[in-house]
Amino acid sequence: MFGFGILSGLVFLPLVGVAFIVALRGNDEASVNNARWAALITTLVDFLLSLYAYSKFDTTSAAFQLVEQKSWFGSGLVYKMGVDGISMPFVILTAFLMPICIIASWQSVTSRVKEYMIAFLVLETLMLGVFCALDLVLFYLFFEGGLIPMFLIIGIWGGKRRIYASFKFFLYTLLGSLLMLIAVMAMYGVAGTTDITVLLKTVFPSAMQKWLWLGFFASLAVKMPMWPVHTWLPDAHVEAPTAGSVILAGILLKMGGYGFLRFSLPMFPEASAYFAPLVFALSIVAIIYTSLVALVQEDMKKLIAYSSVAHMGFVTMGLFSMTEQGVQGAIFQMISHGLVSGALFLCVGVVYDRLHTREIAAYGGLVERMPLYAVVFMVFTMANVGLPGTSGFVGEFLTMLGTFRFNNWVAALAATGTILSAAYALYLYRRIIFGVLEKPALKAMLDLSPREIAILAPLLVLTIYYGVHPAPILDGTAASVAGLVQGYHTALATVVKTAALH
Amino acid sequence: MYTAIVFLPLLGFLIAGLFGRLIGPRPSEIVTTSFLFVSMVLAWIVFAGFWSGQSTLSVPVLGGWITSGALKIDWALRVDTLTAVMLVVVTTVSSLVHLYSIGYMHEDKSRPRFFAYLSLFTFAMLMLVTADNLLQMFFGWEGVGLASYLLIGFWYEKPSANAAAIKAFVVNRVGDFGFALGIFLVFVLTNSINFDQIFAAAPGLAHKTIHVFGHDMDAMTITCLLLFMGAMGKSAQFLLHTWLPDAMEGPTPVSALIHAATMVTAGVFMVARLSPLFEQAPVALSVVTVVGGLTAFFAATVGLVQNDIKRVIAYSTCSQLGYMFVGLGVGGYSLGVFHLFTHAFFKALLFLGAGSVIHAMHHEQDMRNMGGLAKKIPVTFLMMVAGTLALTGFPLTAGYFSKDAIIEASFASHRDGHFFAFLMITIAAGLTSFYSWLLIFMTFFGKPKWQAGAHGHNDHAHAAHHADAHHGEAHHVDPHESPNVMMIPLYCLAVGAIFAGLIFRHSFIGEGSAEFWKSALFFGPDNHILEQMEHVPHFVGLLPSILMVFGFLVAVYLYILAPGTATRWAETSPLLYRFLLNKWYFDELYDLIFVRPAFWIGRLLWRGGDQNIIDRFGPDGVAARVVDVTRSVVKLQTGYLYHYAFAMLIGVAAFVTYYLALGLH
Repeated sequence: MFGFGILSGLVFLPLVGVAFIVALRGNDEASVNNARWAALITTLVDFLLSLYAYSKFDTTSAAFQLVEQKSWFGSGLVYKMGVDGISMPFVILTAFLMPICIIASWQSVTSRVKEYMIAFLVLETLMLGVFCALDLVLFYLFFEGGLIPMFLIIGIWGGKRRIYASFKFFLYTLLGSLLMLIAVMAMYGVAGTTDITVLLKTVFPSAMQKWLWLGFFASLAVKMPMWPVHTWLPDAHVEAPTAGSVILAGILLKMGGYGFLRFSLPMFPEASAYFAPLVFALSIVAIIYTSLVALVQEDMKKLIAYSSVAHMGFVTMGLFSMTEQGVQGAIFQMISHGLVSGALFLCVGVVYDRLHTREIAAYGGLVERMPLYAVVFMVFTMANVGLPGTSGFVGEFLTMLGTFRFNNWVAALAATGTILSAAYALYLYRRIIFGVLEKPALKAMLDLSPREIAILAPLLVLTIYYGVHPAPILDGTAASVAGLVQGYHTALATVVKTAALH
Repeated sequence: MYTAIVFLPLLGFLIAGLFGRLIGPRPSEIVTTSFLFVSMVLAWIVFAGFWSGQSTLSVPVLGGWITSGALKIDWALRVDTLTAVMLVVVTTVSSLVHLYSIGYMHEDKSRPRFFAYLSLFTFAMLMLVTADNLLQMFFGWEGVGLASYLLIGFWYEKPSANAAAIKAFVVNRVGDFGFALGIFLVFVLTNSINFDQIFAAAPGLAHKTIHVFGHDMDAMTITCLLLFMGAMGKSAQFLLHTWLPDAMEGPTPVSALIHAATMVTAGVFMVARLSPLFEQAPVALSVVTVVGGLTAFFAATVGLVQNDIKRVIAYSTCSQLGYMFVGLGVGGYSLGVFHLFTHAFFKALLFLGAGSVIHAMHHEQDMRNMGGLAKKIPVTFLMMVAGTLALTGFPLTAGYFSKDAIIEASFASHRDGHFFAFLMITIAAGLTSFYSWLLIFMTFFGKPKWQAGAHGHNDHAHAAHHADAHHGEAHHVDPHESPNVMMIPLYCLAVGAIFAGLIFRHSFIGEGSAEFWKSALFFGPDNHILEQMEHVPHFVGLLPSILMVFGFLVAVYLYILAPGTATRWAETSPLLYRFLLNKWYFDELYDLIFVRPAFWIGRLLWRGGDQNIIDRFGPDGVAARVVDVTRSVVKLQTGYLYHYAFAMLIGVAAFVTYYLALGLH
């Protein structure tokens, strides 16, 4: 197709939108509106394209598909794209959330609209690139490149402390990624290529594996974010504009988990097994610690941000259990969290747009004026709590089930997180929605506008649909995850055998 | 047909929930209520099939739910005798409560919401009882929890209602924590969580040990104990009971449906459903027995001193649930379920009757402000007496058969802890009779206290729980009988409360029980409890009746013959009185050891951990050193995007160049 494959089209299509917006002249209302429409149409087409790619995708195979390869910069480096069951869901999630973000920013962003849209479109290219890249250098470029537009989005369109937040974000992620870069170069030194498909078959010496694992861990743990390198997230969320928060929680956090799935676990199985207790410990601390911290937050966005850290704790825990249920649960949890926390940030955005404060104490009794909003917020709160029948449950359940077999204590401690999540989420809901509506500022609040309904409705439908029928995601990832888990255990068994021979 | 029973309430919920404001309250009421009645008729047809012995177990599969590796979970409707009993209980009480609510809630402005919640609850409860695997049960389990949360907090303007709603949800989550771990353990042991597979594997797992939580433990015992923890939460058993009395903040029909007849009995249903597992875990059954006995006794003692009419009945519910668990614990699964069945009728009757009283009194709930109502609302009075007779086990009423059978079985059993439970529930039987009649006397007899200014009694801790709803002021009113739409459900339930025991005794726990239950309940080869309980000494059989009469006489003495004695007693032993009035200080204790520390630690971790340690030595420390850079970059706000883009490009270029250089050599 046009000399390039579907994936390249998917990844670079947003840049076409960028070119169009750049070409727009003037800053009058009409051209700003054109920029908005251009961004929306681009992202929508991209979403359709991702669905088309999915229709071409064979879910029964564990292999990389839709692969395209071109040589690039001469020797050794290749431009290689491809997806498997692990990356496909993230590609679709990204493409799905983007139009929602654009619509969510339709009215709330009024300054530098064209630049804002460009930043988002560039960000989309980079995020999709991360999930499609099959070359380590390419991956790294996309992975780190994604920092820049996000940094700008927070730093330019953010709240009062946006500079502090964006620099905190930048510092954390940059320091982590430098270590990853060293690991990448070391891997190239051993394998002589950066082709991920080849690297997946390369066996790295076990001493080296540990260093490589740590190098990747430094970067991925920050992205996840895992405790104790999570403190950038609440600040970044609080200061980011609504759509920025949605992307941050919905996609950027998932890159960490994806990195573990793509590199740490399959390429360094020995080191992963060696470091698994560490990851478990950090996950448990994350779940309990951040849940307790969430309980005492006074800022809506901060509360949800902390709850995100807790939910990501389930993900890392599930991943390193290396059971099929644990890993599938972790992937599902990431997708579900992308929908649910994205929606929760949109919900915060709805009231923020009206009252311009995120202070929980400023609200109360909203159900009186905004019954529809109360219902929507309730559904997502329950999904966040992990109520069966919502997508939030499936991931939590599977990760804990998978981990329980591996280590009972870890699963049991994680399960206490489900008690705490109920406490902080319902406490938040009560303070915002229930009670008597007595604050004068709230009396004029309007219920959801058609535009807000349009962005929340698809998320709501998917949250419940995947809760009742998670098969589309679980079946799609099954083959690849089975391959991953099998390969991991085979590798470990080989190590044990060789050790026995010596 | 099964599908229709389960999904009609869901349909009602969707219609009333989504279009309630569009179609208005009356159509919402009619739609949900009529769907529920259809559902109820179908449920009785199903039940009749099992009663006559024609129907057998069937498990229609609706579709797949979660499939991951060896784990395969379907949505399915498992219908056997046990399910049929539950279907009847749930749909009957629910449809009557729907009908009753049309009258009770007629002044409320958000009726569509109320009826939607009621139907949602019914759907979740039906999913729970028709589950074919542990996870679908968990789905219904948490679903009813959600509905309960929504309904307790229905009057969202009231802070106490909101607090009670959250408390109910979170305390239930504590139980669910155990339930979830139990599910994980079952999966580890049997590689499945579908009932057929785990029931088949259970006998082989008896006396197997498993290394779990760092110890070698008896596999079935630890599994059953964890699952039972879930049951303790949902059924408000000792230690996890604190949410139930507070749940009375919800509208009274809700208390009747959820917090008396159906949801709180889910734990009993769960243990009965998992009887093949529990039968292999004698230690777990002993724990069930002891916890049940303790709850029955504890709740009865607290019930003695409560003044709020609904709270008395709530503690009575808690206590009766304890009886059911004792029945299950001694191995008499059918005894527990039978008591569940009869209890649903008379307890729903008592709650709805109390609702009728509250309605007549214009939302006054404090019994000290009632009195003398027998002449004003005689029909309600009669209905309440019928419920009380059944509850206290007056001969030939429903409670007489089911409750006394449990007491006999607890005596006859040979399991550990049975005698303790026997003692507890026997004493509780006397206490139950006492406080139940007390309720009747305080409410319906004596001098009317409702004209002489009702608000004089703010001396107790829960004076805050006075009014049920928005009608604060109207106390100088003439109590009146409730409309027919509220009375008809009372009549129906009264019939059940009086006759359910007589009619169904034979099938549930008598000679016909083996053919009736078939494989729905599992009795091990050594479990002869139903036979043993027929051979208890004669005095044991009489004991509950004697205590019932004794309790009645004490109540008569204290409140009719020598009024004021009770107050004197309370004054002479203030410590005991306070102890009971404050519910053994469980709320204070939990607040002290769980709630406060959670917030305190949360604050400590946030301010101390995140801000003072991690940030200070992490990013802020680094940032302090590059603070000049930061300052200069403040210009960012005013810069042009091209600058950033340019910077980004340079960065990328630098990176690629570096990389190429590295790659070339």
